[in-house]
Amino acid sequence: MQVVYQKSPALTDATLNYCPGCTHGIIHKLVAESIVELGVVDRAVGIAPVGCSVLAYEFFNFDMVQAPHGRAPAVATGIKRAVPDTIVFTYQGDGDLAAIGTAETIHSATRGENIVIIFVNNAIYGMTGGQMAPTSLVGQVTQTTPYGRAISAQGYPVRVCEMLATLDGVEYAERVAVNSIPNIRKAKAAIKKAFQNQVDGKGFSIVEVLSTCPTNWGLTPAEALDWLKDNMMPVYPLGVFKDRSAREGK
Amino acid sequence: MAERALMKGNEAIAEAAIRAGCRHFFGYPITPQTEVSAYMSKRMPKIGGTFLQAESEVAAINMVLGAAAAGVRAMTSSSSPGISLKSEGISYIAASDLPCVILNIQRGGPGLGGIQPAQSDYNQATKAVGHGDFHILVYAPSTVQEMVNTVFKAFDNADRLRMPVMILGDGLLGQMMEPVEFPEIEVTQPDKPWAANGMRGKRGKNIVNSLYLQPDKLESMVKGRFERYEQAKRELPEAETYLTDDAELVIVAYGASARIVRSAVESARELGIKVGLIRPITLWPFPDKIIRDIAKNAKNILVVEMSMGQMVDDVRLAVECAKPVSFFGHTGGIVPTPAEVLEQIKGIAGGAK
Repeated sequence: MQVVYQKSPALTDATLNYCPGCTHGIIHKLVAESIVELGVVDRAVGIAPVGCSVLAYEFFNFDMVQAPHGRAPAVATGIKRAVPDTIVFTYQGDGDLAAIGTAETIHSATRGENIVIIFVNNAIYGMTGGQMAPTSLVGQVTQTTPYGRAISAQGYPVRVCEMLATLDGVEYAERVAVNSIPNIRKAKAAIKKAFQNQVDGKGFSIVEVLSTCPTNWGLTPAEALDWLKDNMMPVYPLGVFKDRSAREGK
Repeated sequence: MAERALMKGNEAIAEAAIRAGCRHFFGYPITPQTEVSAYMSKRMPKIGGTFLQAESEVAAINMVLGAAAAGVRAMTSSSSPGISLKSEGISYIAASDLPCVILNIQRGGPGLGGIQPAQSDYNQATKAVGHGDFHILVYAPSTVQEMVNTVFKAFDNADRLRMPVMILGDGLLGQMMEPVEFPEIEVTQPDKPWAANGMRGKRGKNIVNSLYLQPDKLESMVKGRFERYEQAKRELPEAETYLTDDAELVIVAYGASARIVRSAVESARELGIKVGLIRPITLWPFPDKIIRDIAKNAKNILVVEMSMGQMVDDVRLAVECAKPVSFFGHTGGIVPTPAEVLEQIKGIAGGAK
């Protein structure tokens, strides 16, 4: 019998704790596959954040460190500086990366730390039950914006890739989505490229992945995929915001 | 022969850390400890080490967490307000059973306080340097030489007991220059099979973690840690005693305060007053048995601190309230003078007659 598809060996057999229709599982798979394909499982160290993916250390089948809320890039910096041939990535949500951990994000980027950040943007705090995130859309109803996110009171959503692309320390910043098969394929290519950059010593790479949260959006999984496309993509356009090596013809 | 040099406390402690095998230092500028970072920034690049000036105290302690998780000797240093910022990370490091060394060159507080020497972070260091049930080891050296020697002990005990160690100094010790000898110690670092630094085809995955969602699992992790704390309490309490054999008045003071008290004790002895000094070297675990045994023969206990009196409660507990314990101190960056302490001694000794 020929094996045509199997679960990545870089994922454990632990049952995922994510809600039905949540796209964390897909993103975990893309990360695991990329690390296996680049042959760096034995050097990989992942950083689990605080948030829905806090238990990522149970799901990835290589060394993992669990960081305080927002501090994953600082923890990653410590690991990478201590053992430079490790392949280090953080896996962070929007609250972790773009609210409480903004300083760690920006400064690891501006230092050009040779790490990968997988930034899962679902425009809401999932773990705590659906509060406004820095990336929540204008008008979006959440537990803490019951009348919708108002510019006058809560300001505007943060566009992380666009912001980081202005920093000289950043090698690569791309936004992808996992709402369709073609987009999942593109997301895989971006994530793999980010890890390849680290293997090649090119420096800081971030892949922002637009993701769904059917539970806290109050939608079915199928509706959530549509909501991502119709509402998030206009605010968070997909694409490469920075690719320093490509620009410099390397 | 051991190498001898005239050095500022902050620089001596940095050099000692390097000699103790620390190659990863993460800092952030704050008076009066900035010389530690400045020294590290000069030395580390020359020996293949890492000095990184972090974006905040919060980031610095989390870089220490990462480096310690990867299995290397890592250190950060700060002064009082900065330690408050590090407290989140210290709790996580303790809960992840990671070793590291944290230096606090204390200044006056609360808030932004001042930049002159103080000892008002005693309670923070020994009782609550972060949320949750945990302790860290706390050493309180009183000379530049002792700061140097303490660094080696700190790293060794951090590794052995897998817990953070704080060296609690103050602006006086950090800024003063004294002759120091760097001990010729062959540093051996233990294997760290738990470190998250890549499986390397040799083992299964390692997880460095502080999350336990099952209450019974969390309780058992905390209890396991407290067994190591009991081991620390059995093995580590240290105090220096001075002229306590016949002392009717025993003064308890640590760090820079103890040096001032020592001068006052000598002056009082010249006046025929039977007074002695106990200088706790470990603040956690607290040398309560040493204090209790000596206090049995004393009539009065006096605690002298550069604070409003934070160690005084631990001294009362140590003597089980069997003897009157009084307090003298200054706070806010004022260093008590030997003359002031002598007046206190005379007052208590006179009153006791």
